[in-house]
Formats: sequence, C-alpha cells, structure tokens
Amino acid sequence: MATMTFADALNDAHRIEMRRDPNVFVVGEDVGIYGGIFGVTKGLLEEFGEMRVRDTPITESAFVGCAVGAAAAGLRPVAELMFVDFIGVCLDQIYNQGAKMRYMFGGKARIPLVLRASCGAGIGAAAQHSQCLEAWFMHVPGLKVVMPSTPADAKGLLISAIRDDNPVVFLEHKLLYATEGEVPEGECTVPLGKADVKRKGEDVTVVATAAMVPKALAAAETLAAEGIGVEVVDPRTLLPLDEETILASVKKTHRLVVVHEAVKFAGPGGEIAAMVAEKAFDYLDAPILRVAAPFSPVPFSPPLEQAFIPSEERIAQAVREVVGA
Amino acid sequence: MSITREKLVDAYTTMVKIRTFEEHAAQLFAEGKIPGFVHLYVGEEAVAAGVCATLRDSDYITSTHRGHGHLISKGGDVKRMMAELFGKRTGYCKGKGGSMHIADMTLGIMGANGIVGGGPPLAAGAGFACKYLGRDDVAVCFFGDGAANQGTTHEAMNLASCWKLPVVFVNENNRYGISCSVDRATCVTDIADKAAAFDMPAVSVDGNDLMAVYEAASEAVERARRGAGPTLIECKTYRQRGHFEGDPAGYRSPEEVAEWKAKDPIPRLEKKLLEMGVLAEDRIREIRAGVLAEVEEAVRFAEESPLPDPSEVTEDVYA
Ligand SMILES: Cc1ncc(C[n+]2csc(CCOP(=O)(O)OP(=O)(O)O)c2C)c(N)n1
Ligand SMILES: [Mg+2]
Repeated sequence: MATMTFADALNDAHRIEMRRDPNVFVVGEDVGIYGGIFGVTKGLLEEFGEMRVRDTPITESAFVGCAVGAAAAGLRPVAELMFVDFIGVCLDQIYNQGAKMRYMFGGKARIPLVLRASCGAGIGAAAQHSQCLEAWFMHVPGLKVVMPSTPADAKGLLISAIRDDNPVVFLEHKLLYATEGEVPEGECTVPLGKADVKRKGEDVTVVATAAMVPKALAAAETLAAEGIGVEVVDPRTLLPLDEETILASVKKTHRLVVVHEAVKFAGPGGEIAAMVAEKAFDYLDAPILRVAAPFSPVPFSPPLEQAFIPSEERIAQAVREVVGA
Repeated sequence: MSITREKLVDAYTTMVKIRTFEEHAAQLFAEGKIPGFVHLYVGEEAVAAGVCATLRDSDYITSTHRGHGHLISKGGDVKRMMAELFGKRTGYCKGKGGSMHIADMTLGIMGANGIVGGGPPLAAGAGFACKYLGRDDVAVCFFGDGAANQGTTHEAMNLASCWKLPVVFVNENNRYGISCSVDRATCVTDIADKAAAFDMPAVSVDGNDLMAVYEAASEAVERARRGAGPTLIECKTYRQRGHFEGDPAGYRSPEEVAEWKAKDPIPRLEKKLLEMGVLAEDRIREIRAGVLAEVEEAVRFAEESPLPDPSEVTEDVYA
C-alpha cells in the first residue's frame, strides 16, 4: 500500500497499463506537454513518447471519434475529455458510434475504449464546467459508466476499464483529485459492476456516488452519535449497476436514501430507487428518499453553488426522516 | 476608411480600460476575492477595441471564455462586470454566471462562453435574425485560434457564407489554445486561409495594431451591413499572461513572451497618437487617471455589493 492522491492513483493506472500493453494510448487536449489540466496524465509523454500520448487540437468530435475508430481497429485508447460538460460537442461519436457499433454489426465489432472526464461542482467553475451527467450515459445501451470515490477504487477501476472490451465512460469528480488514500501498489483491479460497502450499519442504507460518498460517510459518523446506524454503499459502477449488493443492504436495513450531485429529476437516483421499489418493496419500512441537486444549471457564486450541492446536513436530515427520528 | 481622431482616442481609452481592469482582476484573483476561472485579455486589447469601434449598440457580438475585453469594448459596464466576477447579486448575471458567462443582452453582448467553439453558430443565428427582420445590424463572432479548429466554427462559417449572413468572424490568433501551439493544432500558417473553403473574403492583420484591426473590421462590417455576406478577419496577437490565472505556462519560452511584450499594443498606439498629435502627454495622464478611478470604483462597488441569497438558485431557469 502507498498513500497517494486520487489524481496520482489514476496516473499510476495509466502507467501500469501502458507498460503492459503497447496498444494502450492516451489522447486528448493538453494531456501531453501540460500533463492534463488536472495533472492526471503528468509525465506520460516523457515516459511513453508522442505516438502514445497525443495532444490534440480543440476538436472533441475528432479526437473522441478517433478514439472510437482506433479502438475498432485494434487499439485501446484512453481519451480524456477535460470536462464532461464538453460531451455535447462530441456526443454522437460516443453514443451513436462507439456505443452501438457492436450491436448494429451483429456482435462483429469490439470497442475497447475508455473516455475519462472530470465532472462535478465545487470550484466556482459555473454552469458549463460543473455538471454531473452520468444519467445521460446510463441511458445508452452499449456503454459502461464508472464513477469512483476513492484513490484505490480510481486506480483499480481504471485498470479494469482499460482492459474491458467495451466503451467505458469514466467520470472523475474534480473535488476528489486532491484527496488522499491508501492504494495497492502495482497491478490491482477493481471489477466493473461491483459495488462496495464503505461503512456497515443496520438502520438505513445510503447509496452515494463520487464526491457524495465522503459526505455520506461524514453524515453517518454524526448519525452514529445519535444512535442511527448507516450503511453506506458506493455503486462505483453505475452501468452495469450492482443490484445485488444494494438489494442485500436494503433487505437488511429496510430503509433507503439515495444521494448524488446530479440534478434529482431524471437523475441516476431515480433508477436506483425504482429498482429497489420493484425488487424489494416488501422489505421497505419507509418511502425511499433522494438527496440531489435542485433542477437548475450549476450557479457560479459560492453561496448559490453551495446551496446547489447536496450537503452533509441534508443527507443526515434525510436519514433522520426515513427512520422517523 | 481611416479612423477619426475622436475614435482613436476612444479606442485608446478602451484599451487602457481593459488593461487596467485585467490587472485589477489578476490581483483580486490572487487575493482570493474572485472565485472560479479567470482568463485575461492582456496583450490582445487592440483586437476587441479595434473591431468594436466599428459597431453600434444594436449590433451583436459573441464572445469567448476570455471575454472581459469584448464586453468593455462593446460598451459594457465595468462595475457590473467586476461585481459578476465577485459573484455578487449586482453583477451582470446576478452571480449566476461569473467571468466565463458575462453578458449584456441590451448591448447585443450574447455572452462570454465556456465552450470553445460555442459562439460561432450563435453569431450566425444573430446575423440571420438581423437579415430576417430587415435590420442592417451585424453580428461579430470573436473566436480563438484553438476554436478555429472546432467543427462548430467551420459549420457556422459555411452556413453564414451560403446564406450571405451579416456576420464578421474575428479570429484572435494568440498562438495558443492552453498549451497547444497553433503550429501543432492546424496545418495552415494563416487561419485566414480557412475561409477559402467557404468562398468567404478573408484577411490576416497585425492584431496588435489598432489601426490595422479597425480598417479590416470597418470594411468587413460595411460589407455585412450592405448584405454582401460574411468576412473572416484573422488578428495575429499574443496573450501575455497564462491561459488562466494560476497557469504556470511552462509550455512557452520566456524569450517568446518577451518578444511579444515588446510588441504590446498599448504603448505602440500611444506612441503613434503622440506622433500624430492626436494626444499629448498630459491628456494621456488624464485618460489613465480617469480609467483607474473608474476601475477602482468598480472594485469598491463589487466588494460592497451583497452576495445572492441561496434561495435564488432555482430562479431564472425558465422564462
Ligand atoms: C469545447 C471545449 N473544449 C475545451 C475547452 C477547454 N478550454 C478552455 S479555453 C481553451 C483554449 C482555447 O483556445 P483559443 O480558442 O485559442 O482561445 P484563447 O484561450 O487562446 O483565447 C480550452 C481548450 C472548452 N472550454 N470547451
Ligand atoms: Mg488562442
């Protein structure tokens, strides 16, 4: 184990896979000379050279589409979209091309692609640089969607994503890049589609994603002092969703709160809540609650932005509500 | 189409105002008073000032992430802009947008933009609206050398040319899109050459020469007003600071930066105006003092203004 930041853990995963497989290459804006705007690809150009670490012009359609095409032709691209908000510029290449080629061709194509992107609010980056758009990708058959919350998960999941033969959208909350944690050294994988119970508890299940996981854990700590046992489940992969782990937890606690930073309406929490309602209704002792962002773009000004992002206190309040405290 | 003395003084004042505003913004950002991202226009002032000197209030502009200079040149209010940078309720966007989204629809300023290449199609749309409504107003699209490669930019130029829209595409070629130099991002030496694909008239000018920019822009704006279609103007310039405040900018050499600082558009124009007898030293001091007072007042206004109330988050989503 080594202590490292989330950004360094991702960097480590790139290095391990690029050393192991000569067909893995990195492509995106400012990934080479600059080392990635959040520092994730730092030093890769120096180690692997220009053929494998490719700075691109500001042309998301071209380089994301190029990654899809290169994947179809036998390479394993890791493309970096600086902010997930820019997906609008290049969406066709990922959702109509990359995600559907295999199916449309009757199973005759393989698209081993990772599209990494930063997401999330909290740094005053305003409406076009702060969104959580995981629900958009969750609506596309053919994609996988990953959203880690710890450095160790980030590393293990990225390695698995690179080795996966499908297009994987890998979402990195920008507030997590500087967070530190214990990370296994060398090759280590975390399987896609497997949730992780981040804290055990008996009274309420809180399913939380990305930057909401540390907040849910902090809320759980506060609630423990009030005598409420909270189990925090991090799906880690949203598509495919690990229904089994979530259902097992709900069947134990009989209560569910779903927390995410994406807007609540038609957000990822709706899918999780519906799945539990369909498959474990009889186990529920209280209505399922969702804690998520209000239905607005992300505002710039700090007091507005803080009001937009679900807080530890709002999570704790929702938990108190479902236990009737 | 040579520029009048009065317009020269106005354009000079605008350039000094942009520089002063940006220097204050840099300082305030460093002090932690301005949150988020700030992209400064230092070194590129002649482009916005020269182009907007040919426009009227009812004309439109689309701006970029580096938008302070565009807003000031189009007649925007530095108080409301500074307040917006601070995230205050008195700001142009009530604190909802910040530096990357400042806008003044009453002056035809259709917003700074967080999306590179987001502006060109909007400019085509504003131009179309002018044509449709029988107005002789025009739309000017400011966009960077980086944005010049985006599909949206090419698509918008094609549409504007096919439909003979009253649009002027003003490329701010400051040689970099963050760390990516223009030599690595495109294969033409002059971005103006791209217009050939759309059969659009184009010219490449020294973007640090206010008069050259003005001349090219007035010709293009005049062509657009009389219904003869769009033009592409490439302005070769340089951003003197990092891409955003806090960017160490290790991707370019100190020699290169020094070389361009020597070509700074403001002293250059000042020297010319002195030589031409348009301005005297004491008038220059007066202009500078007036601008400084205005920007300092804007900072005071921003500092003293209230923050928005958290309940305002969900306001303004729909009309
Ligand atoms: C669609 C999109 N891609 C990438 C970015 C990130 N980004 C912001 S500014 C910038 C560079 C823009 O370069 P250029 O158009 O030359 O303008 P300059 O910054 O030089 O004024 C980049 C890559 C973005 N905001 N939007
Ligand atoms: Mg540029």
